[in-house]
Amino acid sequence: MGQVLDRVPSTRRGQVVTLTGAAIAWIGLYWLNEHVWDWLLYGALGLHSTDRVTETIHFFLYDTAKITLLLIGIIFVVTVLRSFMSVERTRALLGGKREGVGNVMAAALGVITPFCSCSAVPAFIGFVAAGVPLGVTMSFLIASPMVNEIAIGMLFSLFGLKVTIVYIAAGLVVAIVAGWILGRVHAERWVEPFVFETRLGGQAIDPAAGLTMDQRIQMGVEEVATILRKIWPYLLVGIGLGAVIHGWVPTDFFTTYAGPGSTFGVLIAVAIGIPLYSNAAGIMPMVQALYEKGLPMGTLLAFMMAVVALSLPEMILLRRVLKPQLLALFIAVVGTGIVAIGYLFNYLLA
Amino acid sequence: MIIKVLGPGCTNCKNLERVTKEAVAELGIDARIEKVEDYAEIMGYGVMSTPALVIDETVVSSGRVPKVAEVRALISAAAPA
Repeated sequence: MGQVLDRVPSTRRGQVVTLTGAAIAWIGLYWLNEHVWDWLLYGALGLHSTDRVTETIHFFLYDTAKITLLLIGIIFVVTVLRSFMSVERTRALLGGKREGVGNVMAAALGVITPFCSCSAVPAFIGFVAAGVPLGVTMSFLIASPMVNEIAIGMLFSLFGLKVTIVYIAAGLVVAIVAGWILGRVHAERWVEPFVFETRLGGQAIDPAAGLTMDQRIQMGVEEVATILRKIWPYLLVGIGLGAVIHGWVPTDFFTTYAGPGSTFGVLIAVAIGIPLYSNAAGIMPMVQALYEKGLPMGTLLAFMMAVVALSLPEMILLRRVLKPQLLALFIAVVGTGIVAIGYLFNYLLA
Repeated sequence: MIIKVLGPGCTNCKNLERVTKEAVAELGIDARIEKVEDYAEIMGYGVMSTPALVIDETVVSSGRVPKVAEVRALISAAAPA
């Protein structure tokens, strides 16, 4: 029929110019955000920076712009980089790997493989049917949502390198150990039988292969739009709560009630975090404000991990392939791991 | 021509279905678009990254939502001359 693509792929030079222009615009906006609110609120409108309400509004406006800019930059870069990786490639890398080494590799690959929760079930079946051990598959499924690249980028921007490394290391350890334990207890009997009966077709194609740079950039732009459209209400509520906490909760309030020495702080944080379902990016402003008021980093990391790693929608999806016993064990093992991480880091980072 | 959209019903699966319908409408060809939501059937095509597009039983795209123009090109390429 002789149909041709509407868009002729742009030249390499055109791509470089576009991306450089976008990067400069991003840096300019980020810089502007540092100054524009002072100018607007205190200069043009003549409000006083000592006034608490004004200060709260300032915090809200500044943080909304800052977090949005960070998200746009991070999601775009992460999506373009991740488009070189795929679940299919990960499975090929994990095929034939034994437990132990396999768990470590699966957890690491879980971090860099592009993955949405709606692909959890096909990936699970695909891995198990291809002979990847169940425990190794679970390490992948735990690490994938828990150590999220967007969360890594946000943590690094807001809290610095040390906290970021701690977060990545802690998430990997939980995924490796939890997967290894689930492999040890011979959980195969708690997997829905149809998983083992599923025949894999032979014509799988690798979505990461054969994409043009133009398509990868396009994917990055679309992913930014999709995620922002999905999380903006959570983001605004999160930043709003963050602004209120920032302006109105007395300093060291949490140190008194949930400081590093607190017995139940981490447990309560994880218990609150499990039913909460949010993108890691959506809860970051709140985490930042809570940290400012003396809530220890271990408790906050535990809270974040509970929110992103154990969510009701994902549990409902996984129920299709896991029997209730294994699902309960999965939640218990991951939950315990997160609590342990929380206490450990409260102790280490105190 | 039978075009299948593979996916358990997530947002991207619905996007791919919409894009496919648009592409078919633009081409003005006679094609049946079917949704495949059953996991076993999806796996039968070897697809692990949803959503995926299958034209006459051949997987042509998986793990992303192509643009309308790209889907049009994929359909044209698969159509018997």
